[in-house]
Amino acid sequence: MKVVIGQGSCGIASGAQQTAGEFERYIKEMNIRNVTIEKTGCIGACFLEPIVDIYSDEDELEGRYVNVFPEKVGEIVGTHLIGGKTAEAYLINKESEKYLNLQKRVVMRNCGQINPESIDDYIKRGGYKSAEKAVKEMQPENIIDEMEASGLRGRGGAGFPVWKKWKDTREQESDVKYVICNGDEGDPGAFIDRALLEGDPHNIIEGMIICAYAVGASSGIMYVRAEYPLAVERLEKALKQAEEKGFLGKNIFGSDFSFDITLRIGAGAFICGEETALIASLEGQQGLPKIRPPYPSKRGYWKKPTNVNNIETLANVPYIIENGGASLASMGTEKSKGTKVFALAGKAKRGGLVEVPMGTTLKEIIFDIAGGIRDGGRFKAAQVGGPSGGCIPEELLHTPVDYESITATGAIIGSGGIIVMDETTCMVDMARYFLDFTAKESCGKCNYCRIGTRRMLEILERITTGTSKDGDIEMLNELAEKVQDGSMCGLGQTAPNPVITTIRYFRNEYKDHIVDRKCTAGVCKFETAQQ
Amino acid sequence: MTCNPNDYGCGKYPELEPVLDKYADVRGSLITVLQKTQDIYGYIPVDAINHIGDRIHVKPSKIYSVATFYAQFRLEPVGKYLIMLCKGTACHVNGTDSIEEAITEFLGIKDGETTEDGFFTLNNVACLGCCSLAPAMLVRSNEGTEAYGNLTKEKTKKILNDIKGREAKEVKI
Repeated sequence: MKVVIGQGSCGIASGAQQTAGEFERYIKEMNIRNVTIEKTGCIGACFLEPIVDIYSDEDELEGRYVNVFPEKVGEIVGTHLIGGKTAEAYLINKESEKYLNLQKRVVMRNCGQINPESIDDYIKRGGYKSAEKAVKEMQPENIIDEMEASGLRGRGGAGFPVWKKWKDTREQESDVKYVICNGDEGDPGAFIDRALLEGDPHNIIEGMIICAYAVGASSGIMYVRAEYPLAVERLEKALKQAEEKGFLGKNIFGSDFSFDITLRIGAGAFICGEETALIASLEGQQGLPKIRPPYPSKRGYWKKPTNVNNIETLANVPYIIENGGASLASMGTEKSKGTKVFALAGKAKRGGLVEVPMGTTLKEIIFDIAGGIRDGGRFKAAQVGGPSGGCIPEELLHTPVDYESITATGAIIGSGGIIVMDETTCMVDMARYFLDFTAKESCGKCNYCRIGTRRMLEILERITTGTSKDGDIEMLNELAEKVQDGSMCGLGQTAPNPVITTIRYFRNEYKDHIVDRKCTAGVCKFETAQQ
Repeated sequence: MTCNPNDYGCGKYPELEPVLDKYADVRGSLITVLQKTQDIYGYIPVDAINHIGDRIHVKPSKIYSVATFYAQFRLEPVGKYLIMLCKGTACHVNGTDSIEEAITEFLGIKDGETTEDGFFTLNNVACLGCCSLAPAMLVRSNEGTEAYGNLTKEKTKKILNDIKGREAKEVKI
């Protein structure tokens, strides 16, 4: 039998290592034979961590135990490992199973299933087959055709068609080309890339190999946030294993295609998620964005053609090559194909990662999959897209999650964070929170972004402390428009979104703060008797 | 080693020399060098900036601008335990401000400050990506990084107290 314990960052923070230690202790002390303990990445059901799966010798799942804290281990060992029966009381229940069963797993297909530190586990599940097929049997143009057929759009936020970027880089004539994997997941509230790197790092490496072959690059860089130490550690291991197997390096799969990947760690700047800023950072500069065009596909890293892809985008690539572009295109909506992983957090009953076909409604995600609001609270809003996104109210919960529909509400899909809020969340305070973030993270290059966000923050601080002035809402709206127009990159262009959407959908709350000096959610602390 | 007269850090950072040897001629490696410097010393000493500049041929002013642009770099030493308190959205919604209060009450330090005994430094960080465990924090020391989730004021104080207790024991031994 095999005991598999989920050990992503969330699992470890919930105590998965102590749980694993307990299993080891019991197995050793009681001298139980034929049982191995293995680790796996994050399955995405963070609310159930630590999760322990017990598999039979035939590799069939016999029991999935959830919230296995060390004190529960003894009973599971006694009943299941020794007694051969499942310990019913600790098994996952029907309600929680729904969370996983209602999802459609493409990019997360291996997460929580394989040992992320074992390349053999990945190969056993068909890993590196797609890279081999691409390099040995396909022409770069065919790969780009498949990408076009898949309809995949960049998962980093902007939703630009992936194949166009690839084709653009392919068509450049240059002695050197680069591919960069953008793992600078800076949106507070999004942890998709982290889970993918921790749970299935080889899938990303494979995606990158295929991408490099398609665009004609010989050198790749993976850029990962320093805040994700476990992801970095697993990626380092995975890169080493892939090199040892000959999947990276010279003459991959016996072809004349050579490719290597260097790992670079981010230094903590939100702006570096923007591709030109990321490139500046890789060159050892301050992370300041540049005007596009020229796009990095023409003039990128060290002025050479460079193809920048988000981690989740690359995670789709091996699937597309294995199953064909049409297979991915069969999922999703007319303009947004495939699946999208959302990081669900906040006041939802079940939080974690949710992968659903594009076009699923917010209501299905928040209520059917995540089980609605916890502690009997009432839904107020869903914040989609982080600091660049917006707050979507209850009456728009029927909105399908695809690029166009979400943008129409004033939010953006962005990197896929959904923060669920209930009546204890103050919407003005949320707007203040996000502006505080963007004002701090603005790189300072554009005046409107640097000064405009600061002035907006000051107004929001006035409103949330009960010292607002007449015309503050109008001033916010005016500044919002100017910051959008006067900023060069996505950070400034989208920074006002949280303010615009909260004013649009929750104007009453602003009025409560300004006119009645009260915060119905009870979050804002007003300075007393100033007026 | 012959020292350039403007290089105030020359000879003061022997642990750094292998890093500088390795990256001296690798273009664009400034951030990596700074990260390694910080790994070794826990922060980036101002004199080291001069020395790095001299060795990898980048002007100290440029290094200073890069070191102050990125949130990761510190120009002051940090405590033995670095508390990284998550200020991400999910943590904000779930009350990370009260956790910060608890830390300030218990240790008497604010964001960016270090306790007088040099044990703890508090740093607010953007997002640790442990959103389903909000509010969350990481505590980093030489022994490794520990993640703590679902914090309450009491739990936070207990965690810090436990670390203090461990420290006291080690000192006795």
